Amino acid sequence: MSVRTLPLLFLNLGGEMLYILDQRLRAQNIPGDKARKVLNDIISTMFNRKFMEELFKPQELYSKKALRTVYDRLAHASIMRLNQASMDKLYDLMTMAFKYQVLLCPRPKDVLLVTFNHLDAIKGFIQDSPTILHQVDETFQQLTEIYGGLSAGEFQLIRQTLLIFFQDLHIRVSIFLKDKVQNSNGRFVLPVSGPLPWGTKVPGLVRTFNNKGEEVRKVEFKHGGSYVAAPKEGSFELYGDRVLKLGTNMYSVNRPVETHMSGASENLAAQTQESIAPNPLAKEELNLLARLIGGMEIKKPSGPEPGFRLNLFTTDEEEETSRRTKSWLGSWGSLRSWTSQGGVPARAMICLP
Amino acid sequence: MFRRERSIPLRGSAAALCNNLSVLQLPVRNLTHFGVVHGPSAQLLSAAPEGVPLAQRQLQAKEGAGVSPPLITQVHWCVLPFRVLLVLTSHRGIQMYESDGSVMVYWHALDAGDASLVQAVFARGIAASGHFICVGMWSGRVLVFDIPAKGPNIVLSEELAGHQTPITDIATEPAQGQDCVADMVTADDSGLLCVWQSGPEFKLLTRIPGFGVPCPSVQLWQGTIAAGYGNGQVRLYEASTGTLHVQIDAHARAICALDLAPEVGKLLSAAEDTFVHIWQLSRSPEGGYIEVEHCHGECVPDTQVCGARFCDPSGSSFAVTGYDLAEILRFSSVR
Repeated sequence: MSVRTLPLLFLNLGGEMLYILDQRLRAQNIPGDKARKVLNDIISTMFNRKFMEELFKPQELYSKKALRTVYDRLAHASIMRLNQASMDKLYDLMTMAFKYQVLLCPRPKDVLLVTFNHLDAIKGFIQDSPTILHQVDETFQQLTEIYGGLSAGEFQLIRQTLLIFFQDLHIRVSIFLKDKVQNSNGRFVLPVSGPLPWGTKVPGLVRTFNNKGEEVRKVEFKHGGSYVAAPKEGSFELYGDRVLKLGTNMYSVNRPVETHMSGASENLAAQTQESIAPNPLAKEELNLLARLIGGMEIKKPSGPEPGFRLNLFTTDEEEETSRRTKSWLGSWGSLRSWTSQGGVPARAMICLP
Repeated sequence: MFRRERSIPLRGSAAALCNNLSVLQLPVRNLTHFGVVHGPSAQLLSAAPEGVPLAQRQLQAKEGAGVSPPLITQVHWCVLPFRVLLVLTSHRGIQMYESDGSVMVYWHALDAGDASLVQAVFARGIAASGHFICVGMWSGRVLVFDIPAKGPNIVLSEELAGHQTPITDIATEPAQGQDCVADMVTADDSGLLCVWQSGPEFKLLTRIPGFGVPCPSVQLWQGTIAAGYGNGQVRLYEASTGTLHVQIDAHARAICALDLAPEVGKLLSAAEDTFVHIWQLSRSPEGGYIEVEHCHGECVPDTQVCGARFCDPSGSSFAVTGYDLAEILRFSSVR
């Protein structure tokens, strides 16, 4: 599929991760300076120049396992620690949120606006750090350079590539269920009303022309939806009104962040399928991954700053349920840190660090 | 009016591709074959009239070098004068099978030679024209394969140049006689349509420029081209001249599939907006211009439709696939 998809996937998932972490840091009353440090460290790692260089190279999408490894590393780029269950939940929330955004993008090109929404919010998190702000702006420039000139057809291919990546993921997310954007069967609601994509006319008109190009007949038909024309096009500039709300922070201060664990077992089946089949191409993927992660500069926690543990569950019981259903999946790969000298496991499977 | 009939379950959900449903009607045997792309595999299944599934088979994209397993872009039955072949296009090449998918009779590997690093390489767009099978490429080229009445001696006979961007879809119809020699139309990601006359050497008759959006799906009926676009419009053109005759603001999102019931002139359009519309095409008594009338609209709730086909020659039933949906939805007319 499209070889231009990885940067969009990475940046948007990263953006969602930051929204969730920010909300949890506040919910757990982590002191402001520590919370800011965590977000700064993660954002600065995400937008590290060497890392971005690797990311923007034309390449196929990584497998879900490989991408998850990148986020595991990213989430631990600072003094914050997440246990396996919390990391699993974080990743579920991130992926379902971006899947929702891609699916509901009116035009394929709007996924770029979604990305800019995430970047705008990220800049909000690091207002006091001019160096990191500059890194984010540079990434913005790169996005504009690469994606600004792509055709509608190329964006359509990017969209299809992303949707294939997210195929069969139906985890129920509490905030989506409450807002009625997701059904209880895990599928997203596709509204048949509201603003149209930029460039699409309100459906319902049949116009007939003669050989000279003159309109000779105009008939309306009932199309079944209730649409209105888009008021204006979102801005693709460094600063501007994106118009689209997809990709903005949906977690306000007071909303709890939960996922329904009953959905997890469905997703588990899909994940199991992937883990069991030995992947003969894993070695090449490991090499790519090593190059990508090698570009990440992970700061080791230094000095008297003690680390702290972040929990993505609101109750211990919830966490225990999740641990039970997922512990055997964790048995495929133990929680050990990634080393570039580590050999490929005998069965050529990627292990989650 | 249409009603929902019994769905046919799929082993794997449908991928978010365009034209992601192929139907082979076999009325003589009281069977219908369905083909749906899941991702790296495609599923074929046959069903009895009531939608009762009878047999199913999964086909894989042939492996090649690369990090991820190759993805299939399209699966389509090609009805030729003496045989029916199943064609599967992917990011590695073109696979042709006997119609039940049991035996692969031909494999054509894609040559990525000219592609730049940033271009995705794939085959997409499949149609039968007489004893030829035409397949589109990422480069805009259309490969023309000469198919013998039986056996695997399939030969690449021509490479058509007319497009510069990836082919999306190809439509053909038997030649209509002296007045109408256009019998094939190819469409691409830029919205450009090329109109061809088939033969030992295919001839480019006319080009219909795009307008900034892809044309994912195209059909040809009695010298009229029906084209569905990424902005939700369906346009009808006179094939021989390229003149636009009808413009329909049909859908609120990109169109993903068009199908025709040629015996009755019914057109089906399906889009990512969850709607399927059925249109009646006709020629006006004065002037002979093409006219379109809306017959029926069906909403498939919360489903990003990715494929739709009529299931019988009279257009009184149709089937739909949707992204992430592991079933084929069926609708039939109540009248």
